[in-house]
Amino acid sequence: MLRLLSFALLLATWWVAATVAGSAKLPPPAVVLAVAVAEAKSGALFLHLGATLARVALAFTLSMALGSALGYLMGRSRLANRLGDPWLILLLNLPALVVIVLAYIWAGLTEVAAIAAIAINKLPTAVVTLREGARALDPSLDEMAKVFAFPRGRILRHVLLPQLAPYIAAAARSGLSLVWKIVLVAELLGRPNGIGFEIGVAFQLFDIPLLLAYSLSFAAVVLVIEAVIVQPFELRASRWRLRAA
Amino acid sequence: MRLEVDIRSKSFTSANGKRQEVIGGIAFALQRGEVGVVVGPSGCGKSTMLRILAGLDSDYQGHVAQPAGARLAMVFQEPRLLPWRSVEDNVRLAAPDITDNRLAAIFDVLELEAHRTHFPGELSLGLARRVALARAFAVEPDFLILDEPLASLDDALAARLREEIAMLVASRPMITLLVTHSMDDAARLGDRIFLLSSRPARLLHAVPIDVPRAQRSNDAVAAIKADLARRDFSMS
Repeated sequence: MLRLLSFALLLATWWVAATVAGSAKLPPPAVVLAVAVAEAKSGALFLHLGATLARVALAFTLSMALGSALGYLMGRSRLANRLGDPWLILLLNLPALVVIVLAYIWAGLTEVAAIAAIAINKLPTAVVTLREGARALDPSLDEMAKVFAFPRGRILRHVLLPQLAPYIAAAARSGLSLVWKIVLVAELLGRPNGIGFEIGVAFQLFDIPLLLAYSLSFAAVVLVIEAVIVQPFELRASRWRLRAA
Repeated sequence: MRLEVDIRSKSFTSANGKRQEVIGGIAFALQRGEVGVVVGPSGCGKSTMLRILAGLDSDYQGHVAQPAGARLAMVFQEPRLLPWRSVEDNVRLAAPDITDNRLAAIFDVLELEAHRTHFPGELSLGLARRVALARAFAVEPDFLILDEPLASLDDALAARLREEIAMLVASRPMITLLVTHSMDDAARLGDRIFLLSSRPARLLHAVPIDVPRAQRSNDAVAAIKADLARRDFSMS
């Protein structure tokens, strides 16, 4: 209820601002909605949304899998941490734009280059978060698992993953928001489709309703994914905790 | 089936870089079906010895011979349950092949039936200890290690759990090693009692108890305790 009210307030503010600024600079909600509906009817909206989501899904999965494995290794092994740390610091501080441009130069304007560039941007944050998680693992439970001769799979599923779950959720949450931002830049610079590409087109034409229609549709999809996938996962992962007072 | 322990020395390097000897020499043997009780002052190195026997620490001088392929179970000083799994899952994860009947029987003895679906965070320490005991017995071990399983419980509960341990130990032929600093526990449960010195731990006495566990009256227990106290005193 409160969320709806807050959303209505946002729309009202937008509408008032549009009236004050004039529709050339900020079109009112109804105009943007009409453009969005037209784009949806032609199928273009879904095509571009689909392309962007596919890139997000691929890059996100890739970087989470690789980042979790590397982060776990660095948290558990001192040697791996020493070897990996300089790379990590370099990647953490490398601007996203540099990675994207270099990827396009080295691998051409290809899908592989785009997805790799997005994944590389997200990778170091996942590594850092999971490294903290691996450092916080409870050694007394490791010993318990060893004494009772738990096989590897059981240790992973019942001992390690539940302890890492809050860290994985945190890495997914922050990583996803990073990927949402970077994917559009990668598309703007070197892909012939996707939301980022459409926003680039709208920018060149100064077509503000088109720009807003694509941006907001994208934002809506992001919100839905957050609410339907990320938040329930977090809730489930912390189900065993006693609820904080 | 025989456990042979000969730990000649074990030392730690403490945070300030000094070598500290924790175990100065412990040698004993236990047969299948016997309960060995290790008694010693707090901090003398009992838990360190148990970690070596459990295979958690291999950095020591000496030799430990365990029966090949022996199944190990341990009740740690803290319950060490998985907080994100229910009581039943905690037991089943350690003993995946357990039948429903056998699990029910163990839960029945330890009065955990009502807590099957609870998470460890919802249990009192006494209950969590009992879950740890249930887990250890559920795996049907050949070698059972109990590290002060009754510490910090009130007397009535400790006495009940001690009886339950005695009952469960009697139900299976296995090697049991119990660490405690209660002479009462030692006198009531042990077949062989090992008295350790203060740090670094040395074996002072190995005292065999002739009266079978089930037939120990309060008088017999008192006599054993008096004997243990005399030996303990004579060495310290």
